[in-house]
Amino acid sequence: MKYSALSLLRNALSHNRNWPEAWRSPKPKKKYDALVIGGGGHGLATAYYLARDHGMKDVAVLEKGWIGGGNTGRNTTIVRSNYLWTEAALLYEKSMQLWEGLSQDLNYNVMFSQRGVYNLGHTLQDMRDIERRVSANRLNGIDAEVVTAVQLKKNIPQLNTSPTSRYPILGASLQRRAGVARHDAVAWGFARAADRLGVDIIQQCEVTGIRRDGDGIIGVDTTRGAIDADRVGVVVAGHASVLASMAGIRLPIQSHPLQAFVSEPLKPVLDTVVMSNAVHGYISQSDKGELVIGAGIDAYNGYAQRGSFPTIEHAMQAIIELFPIFSRVRMLRMWGGIVDVAPDACPIISKTPVNGLYFNCGWGTGGFKATPGSGWVFAHTIANDEPHELNRAFDLQRFESGALIDEHGAAAVAH
Amino acid sequence: MLLIDCPWCGERAETEFSYGGEAGITRPKDPAALSDAEWADYLFMRNNPKGAHRELWNHSQGCRRWFGIERDTLTYRIAGTFRLHGKDEG
Ligand SMILES: Cc1cc2nc3c(=O)[nH]c(=O)nc-3n(C[C@H](O)[C@H](O)[C@H](O)COP(=O)(O)OP(=O)(O)OC[C@H]3O[C@@H](n4cnc5c(N)ncnc54)[C@H](O)[C@@H]3O)c2cc1C
Ligand SMILES: [Zn+2]
Repeated sequence: MKYSALSLLRNALSHNRNWPEAWRSPKPKKKYDALVIGGGGHGLATAYYLARDHGMKDVAVLEKGWIGGGNTGRNTTIVRSNYLWTEAALLYEKSMQLWEGLSQDLNYNVMFSQRGVYNLGHTLQDMRDIERRVSANRLNGIDAEVVTAVQLKKNIPQLNTSPTSRYPILGASLQRRAGVARHDAVAWGFARAADRLGVDIIQQCEVTGIRRDGDGIIGVDTTRGAIDADRVGVVVAGHASVLASMAGIRLPIQSHPLQAFVSEPLKPVLDTVVMSNAVHGYISQSDKGELVIGAGIDAYNGYAQRGSFPTIEHAMQAIIELFPIFSRVRMLRMWGGIVDVAPDACPIISKTPVNGLYFNCGWGTGGFKATPGSGWVFAHTIANDEPHELNRAFDLQRFESGALIDEHGAAAVAH
Repeated sequence: MLLIDCPWCGERAETEFSYGGEAGITRPKDPAALSDAEWADYLFMRNNPKGAHRELWNHSQGCRRWFGIERDTLTYRIAGTFRLHGKDEG
């Protein structure tokens, strides 16, 4: 059923009891043309674009838990494309352009809200880096501007711009097209749209082994039986190394816990997104009124979906430094995800030494914004057995050639 | 919060320590003899297991010495700490 004002009305009349399920829950078949492992936003988007743009409809998404239950449903939903290096900027900008039409494309409201993102500068060097990044963005056709402390105070009156604070705010970069989206809706929207094109979405199906015949892929073992496939795309975020070791390949990925919190709901108080690299905190307000706050990663490797208290304390200090007005707001919930960090803070969207096996990982702390673009280029890579121009630089080979794309610290803040 | 048993100072809070990554990676004696793939493996590739992990820690706010820990990356339980003898633990 197509969602529309009419269908809303019709279903309201029957007390919303007759909505059809948004996607089927089929039994896995014995064989598919292509499998996507991981039912996060990236995996679901990959399946959707495989079916829509490449005519590959005999596709299944295998998810060990429930779709969107990984980092997709745990992130602070900041979407922006103001990355420094051209390779990264063009990839994230492709994603931004897909976001701008996504609700229409999917016939599902992903609540993409272009409320702007400010990246604060606290030192002269920060401001020089901001000038440089804003200029680089503009050369790549990405909207970006430098904002002074005076303008900041006007736009965000609650922000502490006092020149005597411990880390005084000197200015910021602003991307007006940036913003936030509803994370669950992104997973559900892609799932529903992919399902309508014939993709099987199979939840509660954990991949436990990857079967290869010499240099080629044959299929996977799962908790719901063996499934054969000609092509397998792996998009499992924090579990990338676990799947890689099943396939007998090595990745330059480290898994770390990353946390976020929401506060009790407040009246509207913050109508944009504020991020600070120097004090390391980022904050926005959800439509429900909760402040959505993100922390940094725990330094050590971890697969537990929870983080440490010192990290929470650090994030809170940062937020109170920026917004003293929030010092008495109570936190409602906290949680963690497992992020897959690459040495250059850039993704790996790549063929592998195994024919027919592809990996998409390394998005680390900042891949939500890339969800549509990542799926779009990964679908291209799987369908053509060749990367798209936009992800050619993001291959596994770069760690041998040395052509890393160093976005650590270069791109505003990590998220 | 992890409680870490420094081999020299005893049990201290996690905040006194810094993390040094996977243990047992030694710098190749003759880097020039390595292929690009072998060098990349040394520099970047990591086991990153879900489960038992031997890793380096430094007691940076204490005795400032390096040592090793075997920790489970899922439960965070620490099985033990060990001193580095320069031989297999870099
Ligand atoms: C606290 C936090 C805040 C963040 N904030 C931002 C932000 O503001 N902006 C931004 O752009 N990014 C942010 N990120 C990063 C972003 O969430 C991720 O990069 C992105 O969501 C990754 O999407 P994904 O689909 O690849 O991974 P996931 O959504 O994690 O999906 C991977 C899926 O694979 C499944 N899986 C794993 N192993 C198996 C297996 N063996 N078999 C089958 N399935 C398996 C998992 O269950 C999971 O559902 C944040 C992350 C966290 C944790
Ligand atoms: Zn000590």
